[in-house]
Amino acid sequence: MKLITAIIKPFKLDDVKAALETFGVKGMTVSEASGFGRQKGHTEVYRGAEYKVDVVPKIRLEVLVEDEDAEEVIDVVVKAAQTGKIGDGKVWSTSVDTVVRVRTGETGAEAL
Amino acid sequence: MDKIDTGSTAWMIAATALVLLMTPGLAFFYGGMTRAKSVLNMMMMSFVSMITVTVLWVLFGHSLAFDAAGNETVNKFVGGLDAWGLQSLITTATSDEGGMPSLTFSAFQLTFAIITVALISGAIADRAKFGAWVVFGGLWATLVYFPVAHWVWGGGWLTELGIEDFAGGTVVHINAGAAALALALVLGKRKGWPKEPMRPHNLPYVLLGAALLWFGWFGFNAGSELAVDGTAALAFINTQIAAAVAAGAWLLVEKLRDGHATSLGAASGAVAGLVAITPACGFVDPWAAVLLGVLAGAACAYAVGLKYKFGYDDSLDVVGVHLVGGVIGAVALGFLARYPFLDGQEQGVLYGEHGWRQLGLQVLGPVVVGLYSFVVSYILGKVIDMTMGFRISEEDEVNGIDIAAHAESAYDLAPSHSGTASSISAPVSDIKKVEADA
Repeated sequence: MKLITAIIKPFKLDDVKAALETFGVKGMTVSEASGFGRQKGHTEVYRGAEYKVDVVPKIRLEVLVEDEDAEEVIDVVVKAAQTGKIGDGKVWSTSVDTVVRVRTGETGAEAL
Repeated sequence: MDKIDTGSTAWMIAATALVLLMTPGLAFFYGGMTRAKSVLNMMMMSFVSMITVTVLWVLFGHSLAFDAAGNETVNKFVGGLDAWGLQSLITTATSDEGGMPSLTFSAFQLTFAIITVALISGAIADRAKFGAWVVFGGLWATLVYFPVAHWVWGGGWLTELGIEDFAGGTVVHINAGAAALALALVLGKRKGWPKEPMRPHNLPYVLLGAALLWFGWFGFNAGSELAVDGTAALAFINTQIAAAVAAGAWLLVEKLRDGHATSLGAASGAVAGLVAITPACGFVDPWAAVLLGVLAGAACAYAVGLKYKFGYDDSLDVVGVHLVGGVIGAVALGFLARYPFLDGQEQGVLYGEHGWRQLGLQVLGPVVVGLYSFVVSYILGKVIDMTMGFRISEEDEVNGIDIAAHAESAYDLAPSHSGTASSISAPVSDIKKVEADA
């Protein structure tokens, strides 16, 4: 199994969620995150004094999928989250050893 | 009691309440500009000024500022003590032909003393010991505010010279601004300033505070006529004009210089305009209020950058807004004053024969009051710093002064995860104090 983690722009969450649901993903975890990539943050001005805010708000989205779906899910997320502008985010996958559904005790693919 | 003008008295009671509202307004204005970890302390410095100054005012403040009895030479510099406890004011009236009860006048003037002390606190955000601030506020009111109010308004030596200050450009704003500069120097910079970001944590508070100040300022300026007449009307409309124009001017400077017209700029500009029109509001024509608004809004927008240039941490720009704005108003008065309702008054350069003399006086006032306030404030600050200590510990400053000084925090935004207040075991008074490791 794979854990797909995506860092995306907050306003793209609905699009990505809808695309993943259409693909057949049954669950996901969404959390608010903040960080920066190459674009760094933004500048704010208070009474003429500039403040650099180097971390910007992001959404962190996590989905557990079976190995064979991983590539395609990444593709779906990238397509849905893309604006073409700097700061669109990143998607990566990591291998997962065990998954257990807390309610029933099912493991592996059955637990997804 | 002498004859009472009920209309004027009614207005003055309302104006007094309006001016008092400015101090909580100032608390919001200042509180929003600090960081979340020290907003309560910032607001408390304003609130405690209402307490300290009120007590001193009753005891001897009114007397030192407005009592004209006593030795003539001494009385040039400070009032007498005949009105201590306000006892002698209860059955008297202020002004000869149909005035108001003296207690109403006293209450009105008290609200000025309160906000002047509170204004200073903006320079020492986040880092002053609360007790030290209370002591400073009390001593400053006694040694600086009450005498200076006497000089300019109470029949003291500046009154005799003929200096004009309608509603307190010199007595309030220059006085507080100079003290603020002195305290900023005594206390030193906040840890991390100017490298670490110290962004305002709540700009809606700042706008709310500026709005309350603006609202209360009608009492401040139009009330300073101490009557209901044409001058009061002039002061009222000029107040509105200068505030609005200055806010617009500040926004324009920002848009051209930084690319964005900001909410903090609108709030600051309005206050700068209100400060600048204060000494002149009852004496100048509406077009002059427009001019003053433009001058104050643009000049103060640049003046707040001075602290970065000179390296003093006037945290919330008391110097840039109040000292600079106050000087602009006091001096411009020497050019622009026409006194539409006062005959025989020495008019400004633009209208009067002896305008240059009046202009000289209008420069002298800010210089004298500014220097006096700066020097006494600096000495007071140093003495307090050497005896009880004026600054909190570095650790408390980093953690936020709210918890150190008041055992409170302003916001509890995520109580379900925070675990910071998991249980209430017993009333504080029942808990044995645990000695911290030295």
